[in-house]
Amino acid sequence: MNQISLLSVDGVRISYYLPNRTIRAVNGVSFEIMSNEVFGLVGESGSGKSTLSMGILRLISPPGKVDTGTIYYKDQNILLLGDEEFRQLRWKDLAYIPQGSMGALNPVMKVRDQFYDVEWDHNGSKSRKEIDERIMDLLTKVHLAANILDKYPHELSGGMKQRVCIALSMYLEPKIIIADEPTSALDVITQRAVIATLLEARQRLKASMILIGHDMAIQAQVADRIAIMYNGYIVEIGKTKDIFNDPLHLYSQHLISSVPSIQHKQNIHEIALAGLKRSTSLRQTDIPKLTEVKPGHFAAI
Amino acid sequence: MSSTPRIESKFNMLTRTPSLWLGLILLTVVILTAVFGGLFYDLDLQKAFSSSPNLPPSQAHPLGTQAEGRDMMALLIVATPATLLIGLIGGSVGVLIGTILGMSSAYFGGTFDTLIRNLVDVGLTIPPLALLIMIAASFNVVEIGMMGLVVALTSWMYPTRVIRSQVLSLRERTFTHIARLSGVSHLYIIFVELMPNLFSILAALFVNAVSVAILASIGLEVLGLGSQTQTLGRVIYYSIYYAAMWRGLWWWWLPPILILIAIFMGMFLLSTTLDEITNPRWKRAG
Amino acid sequence: MTPNNQLIEVRNLTRVFKSSGNRHSQNTAVDDASFSLRQDQSITLTIAGESGSGKSTLCMMMLGFLKPTSGNVLYKGNDIYEIKGVNFSNYRREVQAVFQDPFQAFNPFYKIDHVFTVPMHRFNIARNKLDARRLIEEALEKVLLDPSNILGKYPHQLSGGQLQRIMLARAFLLKPKILVADEAVSMIDASLRAIILDLMVDLKTEYGVSQLYITHDLSTALQISEKILILYRGSIVERGSTKDVIQNPQHPYTKLLISSIPLPDPDKKWKNEAGVDFKESSDISDKSGCKFYNRCPFAMDVCISSHPPTYQVGIDQGAACFLYDDNEIISDISI
Repeated sequence: MNQISLLSVDGVRISYYLPNRTIRAVNGVSFEIMSNEVFGLVGESGSGKSTLSMGILRLISPPGKVDTGTIYYKDQNILLLGDEEFRQLRWKDLAYIPQGSMGALNPVMKVRDQFYDVEWDHNGSKSRKEIDERIMDLLTKVHLAANILDKYPHELSGGMKQRVCIALSMYLEPKIIIADEPTSALDVITQRAVIATLLEARQRLKASMILIGHDMAIQAQVADRIAIMYNGYIVEIGKTKDIFNDPLHLYSQHLISSVPSIQHKQNIHEIALAGLKRSTSLRQTDIPKLTEVKPGHFAAI
Repeated sequence: MSSTPRIESKFNMLTRTPSLWLGLILLTVVILTAVFGGLFYDLDLQKAFSSSPNLPPSQAHPLGTQAEGRDMMALLIVATPATLLIGLIGGSVGVLIGTILGMSSAYFGGTFDTLIRNLVDVGLTIPPLALLIMIAASFNVVEIGMMGLVVALTSWMYPTRVIRSQVLSLRERTFTHIARLSGVSHLYIIFVELMPNLFSILAALFVNAVSVAILASIGLEVLGLGSQTQTLGRVIYYSIYYAAMWRGLWWWWLPPILILIAIFMGMFLLSTTLDEITNPRWKRAG
Repeated sequence: MTPNNQLIEVRNLTRVFKSSGNRHSQNTAVDDASFSLRQDQSITLTIAGESGSGKSTLCMMMLGFLKPTSGNVLYKGNDIYEIKGVNFSNYRREVQAVFQDPFQAFNPFYKIDHVFTVPMHRFNIARNKLDARRLIEEALEKVLLDPSNILGKYPHQLSGGQLQRIMLARAFLLKPKILVADEAVSMIDASLRAIILDLMVDLKTEYGVSQLYITHDLSTALQISEKILILYRGSIVERGSTKDVIQNPQHPYTKLLISSIPLPDPDKKWKNEAGVDFKESSDISDKSGCKFYNRCPFAMDVCISSHPPTYQVGIDQGAACFLYDDNEIISDISI
């Protein structure tokens, strides 16, 4: 399967300019999203991963600012596009499922109307009948019953809202879906259903997906390649299997060993001490540039 | 990670707000004149028939005299503190009642809470002036202490509601649970744990209650239902009684109104600034 | 009253919340829960459940903050909602808690020292001010915090991880008989959780503090607890040794739960997609019958008409499911 590069992020730096200090949220980050892949963006709070996704979608507003860098999509630097041009891109090519299912859904509109909204905002050409057929098709794909169409978002559970968001994001058949922590605040069983739905959706569309999160276990299950962020930098990037088999950066090792095992009892004391040592080390060292340590496997060491 | 404690950073914010300064200046000028004016001006001149009546402003009488021969300047210097005192009494009693009722209602709940809650909800819909007129007309209000209490009867309801809702939310906070697990009594929790978190709201409520009390007292006095003491409202009442406006005696009705405007503006600015500060958005300003 | 061996005992505990709007709708948050901890052993019992399982309501009832609709919470044989005086003070001193959100657990008006000084004063723990200071410092060092960096600070000046450790230090200092940990690590970054869990284990092994670990995360439960209860919509559906229940679940809900947990191993993907549950629990207020009925792949007629008792399914394992009605019913619910 030949993959082409869909999105090329190069040297992006995003900062927040506050009255008494400047926060460098994203510190010169570069990576590529290939076609037909699930790309995981992993980091804990403060790593810059959400800011980065906001940057790609041009949703950064003052006091935040994209300082430098380019983001190329289809031979165009999307950071330089006009507002209207980019608005067309957003949702048609780049879909976004925000963190916390509250985000994308309009609380005072029924679900059905939200789909109509997407259609008329971007195309406006299809007939009601065509739209309805398409909606039903999408709902089946996300395993939701037709009766949810006449409900308001607050009448749906967290898992159902997320699946509606997935269906909405799929509506215009985007090339890239950015899912930001799609399962936070969902219980484990619903989480699995939502992730399964996301993967199915992506596969059908043959789209790529950027899955942003802090849970390495989920990434292991779904991502083809992973980029690990720490303090605004990417510290490791490579195929999922490569990273789990041989995590090169200290922080990657830290994240992986932080996932407690459901299969056997571990020595918590040793894990805790090792974790403390790693945290102290991490705080003290600088983060060098990424180098290709093994084919396709880069680390900032 | 900053090192300034929260109290300090709030003070810094206070000193940077221009509206607060304007409010404070207005109030200070009024209060200083009211309290110390007597040192610079002969207050005996406020007595009836101490001068010729209806004199326009001159060097001898900077604000003229009114129909009873009282010097306006002296009259206002005596009347202003009286009005402020009524406001203070009315506001304090109102907030005190509001705090006690609001806190116990929220903390202990049950039928007591239902009673208070409904009383306040209904009470707040009754036009306060109507209520006050009924009360004032039934009793013979003789001096300003009583006047203060009468206006407190309307100024306690809003603080009760505000404090009740604050305490309801504070009561469920984890730190309250931790306090209970530390074995302390309910009274301890109310006064030591919850009360300090209400200080800023109480300050804003107090300023608000004082304004409400002053306004209520003016309302009553202008209708002739006030006490015998000289207050700003009473001055205005007599200016209406003697048709000062039609007779062009502007130095009778204008100065008390200007003083009242200064007081209310000062109170309002103070209260809105304090209100901004109590907004939880500032709580993590460290 | 015959003295019994139970430290804390929850007996047929039920809590019903009536909806204020709709007169007829009510929600049974906790439904006839029974379990206990013995005085002669220090163990960690996990109360596992997703949101809506009733675990928080159960926690509030056990801490004396919420009166049950029916049933009792007995501490050393006494109903905590009836005792007064010395018995009640003892209960307050000997049952402590750590809560989910470390930022909310501190009164923002006071320095963090407040959470130590208040109970120390109330329970007469220190001889004098110097002694008190020493005890606090020791407790902070036990949780790997440097007292000079911590004492005298306000909560907003510290991180979540530090604040949670201060709460644990408070527990070390008070040396309770039981510590209730309500989602104690859920809001802590994954990389810091091990430290807090390790400290909780220390409390148990070094100071004999039994623990009730309330969580939705079965992986951490496996690491630190010996026994577990699985809660589903207010009912205990499976119980027993943590290892057995997690590695060999018997109740259909437990099986679904465990198979949904993602493994941090790209070579061990989630198995059969067909096992994914797209239905959600219904809102039908079910008076009788098993609550898991509408999601259960093994549902039978009897499940809709009666509520299953807990059957013995292993040496130290019980499941409330009619699939096992050939087995004995468990009568002794003590852990």
